[in-house]
Amino acid sequence: MSLAEISTEQDAYNFAYLDEQTKRMIRRAILKGIAIPGYQVPFAAREMPMPYGWGTGGVQVTASILGPDDTLKVIDQGSDDTTNAVAIRNFFAVTSGVEMTMKTSEASVIQTRHRIPEEELTEDQTLIYQVPIPEPLRFLEPRETETRKMHALSEYGLMHVKLYEDIATHGHIATTYAYPVMVEGRYVMDPSPTPKFDNPKMHKNRALQLFGAGREKRIYALPPFTDVVSLDFEDHPFQIQEWPDTCCAMCGAKDVYFDEVILDNEGSRMFVCSDSDYCETRQADGHYGEMHAEYKERIQ
Amino acid sequence: MYVAVKGGEKAIKNAHKLFAAKRRGNANVPGLTTAQIVEQLSFVVDRVMGEGSLFDRELAAIAIRQAQGDLIEAIFLIRAYRTTLPRFGYSTPIQTDEMLISRRISATFKDLPGGQILGPTFDYSHRLIDFGYDSEEAAEAPEQSELIEASTPRVTDMLGDQGMMEPDPQSAEGEEVGDLTRAPLDFPADRDLRLQNLARGDEGFLLALGYSTQRGYARTHPFAGEIRMGEVEVEFFAEELGFEVPLGKISVTECQMINQFQGSEEAPPQFTRGYGLVFGHAERKAMSMALVDRALRWEELGEELTAPAQDQEFVLSHSDNIQATGFVEHLKLPHYVDFQAELDLIRTMSEEFWAERNDEPTTKMGAAE
Amino acid sequence: MSFQDVKPLLKVEELSHYYGQQLGCRDINFELYPGEVLAIVGESGSGKSTLLNCLSTQINPTMGKAYYRFADGRVENLYEMSEADQRTLLRTDWGFVHQHPRDGLRMGVSAGANVGERLMALGHRHYDNLRSTAIDWLSRVEIDADRVDDAPRTFSGGMQQRLQIARNLVTNPRLVFMDEPTGGLDVSVQARLLDLIRKLVSDLGLSIIIVTHDLAVARLLSHRIMVMKGGEVIEQGLTDQVLDDPHQAYTQLLVSSILQVGT
Repeated sequence: MSLAEISTEQDAYNFAYLDEQTKRMIRRAILKGIAIPGYQVPFAAREMPMPYGWGTGGVQVTASILGPDDTLKVIDQGSDDTTNAVAIRNFFAVTSGVEMTMKTSEASVIQTRHRIPEEELTEDQTLIYQVPIPEPLRFLEPRETETRKMHALSEYGLMHVKLYEDIATHGHIATTYAYPVMVEGRYVMDPSPTPKFDNPKMHKNRALQLFGAGREKRIYALPPFTDVVSLDFEDHPFQIQEWPDTCCAMCGAKDVYFDEVILDNEGSRMFVCSDSDYCETRQADGHYGEMHAEYKERIQ
Repeated sequence: MYVAVKGGEKAIKNAHKLFAAKRRGNANVPGLTTAQIVEQLSFVVDRVMGEGSLFDRELAAIAIRQAQGDLIEAIFLIRAYRTTLPRFGYSTPIQTDEMLISRRISATFKDLPGGQILGPTFDYSHRLIDFGYDSEEAAEAPEQSELIEASTPRVTDMLGDQGMMEPDPQSAEGEEVGDLTRAPLDFPADRDLRLQNLARGDEGFLLALGYSTQRGYARTHPFAGEIRMGEVEVEFFAEELGFEVPLGKISVTECQMINQFQGSEEAPPQFTRGYGLVFGHAERKAMSMALVDRALRWEELGEELTAPAQDQEFVLSHSDNIQATGFVEHLKLPHYVDFQAELDLIRTMSEEFWAERNDEPTTKMGAAE
Repeated sequence: MSFQDVKPLLKVEELSHYYGQQLGCRDINFELYPGEVLAIVGESGSGKSTLLNCLSTQINPTMGKAYYRFADGRVENLYEMSEADQRTLLRTDWGFVHQHPRDGLRMGVSAGANVGERLMALGHRHYDNLRSTAIDWLSRVEIDADRVDDAPRTFSGGMQQRLQIARNLVTNPRLVFMDEPTGGLDVSVQARLLDLIRKLVSDLGLSIIIVTHDLAVARLLSHRIMVMKGGEVIEQGLTDQVLDDPHQAYTQLLVSSILQVGT
């Protein structure tokens, strides 16, 4: 292959970038992950044309399961239009040519970083998480040889030591994202850096949930309807973030995860939905928040 | 003012345009050719080939130019390209004793069969900026003896023949050499995988670790037994033909460190080795690699684990500059969602703090609640 | 229950361990009864630490067996148990007190979390109960309740060692291994710790296997003593008998050297 040939992307690379052999290897890891929910399956992650830590794990999982008939949605921080979501969407637009969507309900495959869509997912959908550090025990025990043994023997006392220490120091559990969960009563799993607000959505979700960590070379999975329980104490039960008396300034939604937006130098703030598709769908249906009119005027 | 997050796509496109313009710089200055990079910046080309783990000078030069001289970025380009290449098989081991040597030094023997060959080197030059250097002028032709075609025994082999040096490790019959680009690294990793990891590892990281062993963090009493640089033949055993086919020549730098060993119940006191092998001319990297390789062998040689350079999970997990740069730089990605979660918590805890003191919150953030 | 009915807690048969060609310990045979304190003495390199590591299943010995009697009466050879069962045993029915508190404590988390860890591993999930159990155990090892949220690094050496003991005893183990537990401590601090260990042994009916090079520690704590040299047990018996009337020349030397220090 000459250099001139490889310089035009679409011809030089296979459908969805990865060669079929690599996809098969990754699909085997995914199947193993589905068979053992919450277990981290090592896989030979490839070097991708985007940096490690920028979603290479999620991209490899997506590339391996994507077919020509799929409709793909890519979100980062809940939004379709944040820079990294745009970059990954363009990557798949160029290398696979599959249909792209920003609507949660229309997507068959959703790749995400740090959020689960507000809208309930269905059996026909697969949610793929980008994972930076898949090992929930990593910051308590840096050694891979030891953490693998701890998982194998279900030695998870240390996990609660961390939560105990939070309460002893702060009066309550101070873990707000990447909040550890117990999967099917067997494996403790890191749900990736999603806010703990999203943890309950993982529990018995109808969609297949896949997790890819490229740099750390691990894949894990939650098949549909898997038990996912956030760790806690009886007298300090798991709680999600709450914004009492707060509505989205654009669509008026309550009980969603909010982005906080600083409006001026005086520090006044407003809250908007972190899930941009959810927010826009609500606005299209005629739900408005208190800043909606002002904002529409401004972008005219 | 609140600006909608919409527009990311447009911003990215324009950022790329800006960057392309920056790459070319002032259009009145002649553009850089890859031939210039290959011929005149050979050390950066060698580094990109080594850490990119793909031997192709022209491709490395293209990557260096595209990356505007950011070597880690150039290595990244090479790696991302390399990973897409089909794998036909593995070459037979290169024979460095059959090397066409252009430089070979030993710090352990004044003279030895095959001789010391100083070759091209920065060593013994005075580091003075050469203000009079004219890049258009051809360099004075050096005196050159005939390149030695005959095989030159390695210093470590000579010591080995006298029983003073541990034998080269032999892999068991039918045992395949590991490849960390095809299977995930599993700890504890054997020496084949450790050496592969180090050969691809960041020169600066290995230099610092190697240096730390010299300063007492896992002291191994090294001597530079031999450093040789030159060209070796790469051969491939073709199943269909039943014999080895030469594929071409590559240049490599090999370093064999000779280290002390006290002996054990099973083995008499003898020297042990640390090994370094790198594409191109890269003595600093080859020597650092050899120091770190030896330090990582503490367990097999019955030594104490006391220092970072010995700790294989630490060394092997952090040596890859592509992994490292990706994860460090990913902090630039938006973290609105996690940050919001933390902000919320800190706000709650701050309120609790002031409530306990029966005091009014004084921060602006708190006051806005 | 008459004395004859008491069955050994641990029975060690023909236990030997080699590091490659190098001898660690050889032909070790003994029995340990419930409530008994056994001291293993010898100088460094005598094989006493190798033996302790074998008994506590941190090393699988080259040869030999060690039968352990569980609370339910079942007896198993330690070296035929799975690693999972060995590790469970180590953190429930057994304890291990290290010479250096750093090896036996989590220095980064509070004293309360250190004491509570074993319970949490067993599934205890009530914060307030865990914390009050921790406070109770701290008081039993003479640490003030108001230190429960402090990290061990703010403790003195003696306190760290007492915390390590509390952390081990919280699951009411039946057998505790101790490796030179008074090793790095001042003489006065040592005395207090030995007193405490003695009290806990009699209060809780613990069995202890303690490795020490210090015959004074052995005399104060143990009922029986094993003297090791060159990987072998050269003399064993009741502590008072062995120390007052040592048969082996080496034991006589050890005993006389400690007397010299005493004078």
